[in-house]
Amino acid sequence: MTKIGLEIHCQLTKLESKLFCSCKANYREFEPNTNICPICMGLPGSLPRLNQKAVEKATMIAMALNCHTPEKIVFFRKNYFYPDLPKNFQITQLNIYGDTSVGGAGTLMVGEKKIHITRIQLEEDPGRLIYEGSSEKNQITLVDYNRAGTPLVEIVTEPDFENPKEVREFLNILSDLLENLGVSDPSLEGAMRADANVSIEGGNKVEIKNIGSFYDLEKAVHFEITRQQSLHSRDIPIIQETRHWDDKRKITVSSRSKEEDLDYRYFLEGDIPWVRIGDEVKEKLKSEMPESISSKKQRYISKYNIPPQVADVLSSDKFYSDLFEESHTKENAKEVANIITTDLMGMVDTREKRESSKLKAYHLKEIADSIQSGKIARNSAKNALYEIVKTGKNLVDVISKLDLGNISDESELLKIIESVIVEEPQAVEQAKSNPQTINYLVGKVMKKTNGKADPKLTLDLLQKKIL
Amino acid sequence: MNLKISALQFIREVKSGNISVEDFIARTMEQIQNVDGTLHAFLSLNDKAVDQARAIDKKIKSGEKIGQCYGMPISIKDNICIKDTKTTCASKMLENFIAPYDATVITKLKQQDAIFVGKVNLDEFAMGLTTEFSAYGPSKNPWNTDYVPGGSSGGSAVSVRAFECVASLGSDTGGSVRNPASFCSTVGYKPTYGLISRYGLISYANSIEQIGPLTRTVEDAAFMLNLLAGLDPNDNTTVDNNNEDYLKNIDSGIEGKKIGIITEMIGEGIAPSVLSATKDAISKLEGLGAICEEISLDMVKYSVAAYYTITATEAGSNLARYDNLRYGYDFSVEGYEFNSYVEKARKKLGPEVTRRMILGGFVPSAGHAGKYFLKALKVKSKLTRQIDDAFRKFDLLISPTVPVLPFKFGEKIHDPVALFLVDINTITANLTGKPAISIPYAMSNGLPIGIQLIANSMNDKLLLQAAYALEKTVKLPEVPV
Repeated sequence: MTKIGLEIHCQLTKLESKLFCSCKANYREFEPNTNICPICMGLPGSLPRLNQKAVEKATMIAMALNCHTPEKIVFFRKNYFYPDLPKNFQITQLNIYGDTSVGGAGTLMVGEKKIHITRIQLEEDPGRLIYEGSSEKNQITLVDYNRAGTPLVEIVTEPDFENPKEVREFLNILSDLLENLGVSDPSLEGAMRADANVSIEGGNKVEIKNIGSFYDLEKAVHFEITRQQSLHSRDIPIIQETRHWDDKRKITVSSRSKEEDLDYRYFLEGDIPWVRIGDEVKEKLKSEMPESISSKKQRYISKYNIPPQVADVLSSDKFYSDLFEESHTKENAKEVANIITTDLMGMVDTREKRESSKLKAYHLKEIADSIQSGKIARNSAKNALYEIVKTGKNLVDVISKLDLGNISDESELLKIIESVIVEEPQAVEQAKSNPQTINYLVGKVMKKTNGKADPKLTLDLLQKKIL
Repeated sequence: MNLKISALQFIREVKSGNISVEDFIARTMEQIQNVDGTLHAFLSLNDKAVDQARAIDKKIKSGEKIGQCYGMPISIKDNICIKDTKTTCASKMLENFIAPYDATVITKLKQQDAIFVGKVNLDEFAMGLTTEFSAYGPSKNPWNTDYVPGGSSGGSAVSVRAFECVASLGSDTGGSVRNPASFCSTVGYKPTYGLISRYGLISYANSIEQIGPLTRTVEDAAFMLNLLAGLDPNDNTTVDNNNEDYLKNIDSGIEGKKIGIITEMIGEGIAPSVLSATKDAISKLEGLGAICEEISLDMVKYSVAAYYTITATEAGSNLARYDNLRYGYDFSVEGYEFNSYVEKARKKLGPEVTRRMILGGFVPSAGHAGKYFLKALKVKSKLTRQIDDAFRKFDLLISPTVPVLPFKFGEKIHDPVALFLVDINTITANLTGKPAISIPYAMSNGLPIGIQLIANSMNDKLLLQAAYALEKTVKLPEVPV
C-alpha cells in the first residue's frame, strides 16, 4: 500500500507585519534587503517581539482544521546553519515535550475520506537564496532577507493519502479553506509550499523537498511512487532518505546530504514567554471566523435553490463567493450564481486577470436584474460583462455603447415582424394551424435583431398579428 | 574637584550649582587618561563626552527641563549596544561591529541626560570571571594590579572603583555583575529576571541573564533601577513593576526580617577571611534586629554543573550567528572556497567561547540531552522549588558573594573547573531568577570581600533596603589609585 504524508508551509500573507518585528509581512514588493530591521536580521542584542495577531491567525487555522488547541503555547529554537537563516536558528514550535504548538490532532474531509492533521505550528520563514550566473563555474549565491521572519504556519498530516490525486484534492480544499479564512492568499508566489513523505508496501519513508508548486508536488509524488515501485519489483531496497525535486528534469534526486542526521538541538526559546490562549480568546476568534466553505455551500443550495455543482464551485473560491455575497438578492441569486459560474470564471481565470478586473459587485447585480426584467438578453449580458471587466463602466453606458439593449419598442419591432411574415409565408400558415410552431418565427425575429428583440414582446406581437 | 562622590551626590552638586557638568566630565576623562593605561577598564571612549557635558550645562543654565542624571558619567559594558558605537563584546569576531540601534537601557539613560564616557572591558561575550578572556587584554584590580578584577563585568567594576565614572552598567549571567563588584569593592546588583529590559544586550545565556548597575552605594543602585526598570515592548520577558520607587523608604531598616544563611555557600572551599567576614556581617544584621539562621539548599551542590550545561546550550545557539559570514568577515570580496570558509568560520572566537560553544553543541544534542541538558533543567527547577520554599520562611538569604578572595592573573585561567567553582554562590540567583546584590563589606590583605543578599522575585525593594542597612555598618579604606 502506498502511503503519502504532507508537510505544508503556509505564509500568513494577510498579516501586516512579520512574526517578531514590524517589518512588512508582504515582502514581495521590496528591493532586496530593504524590508529588514535589527530583529529580523538577528543583529547582536536584538530580541524577538511576538506578533499576537499571528498567534490568533494560526489558532484560527487550527480551529478550522478541527484541531485540539492547547491553552498555553510556547516556542522552541531549531538550531542549524544556513546562509538564509540570520540567527542560525529558527524560532518554531515543537510537541515532543507535550502539546505546546498552536494545534494538534485535527482532521479535514476530502470527499468521503478523513485526512488526519498531526500538528500545526507557527514559525518564522527564513530569507531567500538567489542563484545567479550562467554556469557552475561562475555561479554566485545572493541572499535576500526581506522574507526572513515572515509568519509561517506548518501543517503536518498523517500519511493518510494513497495516491497523488488525493494529495491534489486535499491541497485544493486546504488552500480554499485558508483563503476563505482570510489568513493567506495561496496564489501568491511562495505563499504555500509543501514537502511530501512517500513509502510503498510498508517500506522505508522517502522525503521529497524543494517542490515549487502544488502542481509539481503531484508530479513529484507520482514520480516517486513509480520510482519506488520499480525498485521494489526488482527487489532493490528502498533507502530512507531525503530527495530533492529536480524541476528541470521532473524527477526526484537523492540530496546526498546528511539532512536526516542533522541534530537540531531543540530547546525552549527563552526570549518569548509562554502564550496563553484561553477559552475567552478562542471564543472571540470563533466569532470572528468567516463562514466555512461547506456551510456556505449548504446555504446556497437550500436558501437559493442553486444546483449543488454550481454551489460547490461558487463557495470554494473566496473571490467569487465574496462577489456573490455582495451582489445577490433573494430574487436574483440564481441568476448571479449563473453569471459568475458560466461567464465570469472564464474571463478572470488567472491571478493577473482578477487583479486587473474592474468589475464590482453592483455591476453583477445590475446585470442579473436586467436579464430578469428582460432589458438585456443573456447573450448580450455576457458581452456587457466582458466590457465591464475591462473598463468598469456602468451597465447602462456599456449597453448603449455596444448597442446591446433589447428592442422593446413596439413599432420598431412590428416593422421587423412584418418583414418576417412576408419572407416566411409557409411558416405563417403552419403557425396558424399549429400555434406551437410560432417559435420558429420568434427565432427568425431574434436572428434579424442579433438576439436583441425582447423575446416576450416579440411573441405577443406575433400572436396578435397571425392568430 | 572631587571625583570620589556617589551618583546622588553628583546630582545634588550639579543641581546646587557647586560643580559644572563640563568640569566634572573633563576631570573624569582626565582620570581615565591617567589611570586606564594601567587598569585597562575601557575598550573605547566617547570623544564627544565633554561637548555633551557642555550642552547639558547650557540646558541647566537656560532653565530647560533636564533629565534625572544631570550629565552623570556612566560607563557601559561593551556587550550593550549604543547606536553608532562599536560594540565588540571584547571579541575579535565583533571587532568592527557598530550597533545601528540603542539598547533600551541606553535609550532610557539618554532620555535622562546621562553621559556615556566609554565602553568597558569584559570577558569575551561575558564568558568568564576575571576579564582574562577579553580579546583585548585583561583589566586590572585597582586594589592590587597583580590581581584579577573579577568578571565578566570587570571593566565596569574597575571604572567605578577607580573613579573613571560614577556608575556603570554590566550584565550578570552567573554573577558577572556581583563577582567583579565583590573583587573591586563596589555595589553590584542583579535585579529580578525581567525587571530591566535586555533589548540591546548581546545574548550569552538569555534565559537567566540581566543587565545590572555597578555603583558606589546601594542608594545609587536603587536610583539606577528607578531609571531602568519596567515593561519594554521590545523585550517580551520584561515584567511590570508598577513604577515602583526603589529609593523611597530605602532606610526602612531590617528589624524583624528573617534572613537565611545558605549552608552550602559557607562550607567547603571557603577562604577563612571570607567566612569570618560573613559571620561578622550576620552578627551586624542581628544587631540591626534581623533574625538569622542557617538553611540548607542541597541543590546548590549541583548548580554549577547545571549552570554550565544550560549556559553552554544557550550560548551555542545565541552565538551561532557569529560564523564569519555575517560578522568577522575577512575573506576577499570575490568570495571564497567553501572548505576554507568552514575551516576559518569560528577562528575569531577565543578559547573560552570556543570551549563553551563546543560544549553547547554536545550537551543538548539528540544522543546526550537526557544525560546533560534535560538533567540540568531538572536541577534548575528543583533549585527554584527549594529557594521558593526557603522564601516562605525567610525574607532574605545571605552568603559571601564569592567564596574566595581575588586571585592573581594566570592563577586559575588554565583550570576551567576551578574557575567555574568560583561562581557557586552567585549562579543560584540567575538559575532561579531572583534578585541579588553584592555590597563591599571587608578587606583582607588589601583585597576586598563582598557580601551577597538574595531576595524573592520582585522583592527588589526589600533587598535594597537590607543592603542599605548593612552598608551603613561598613567603613572601608580608600582605594589606592
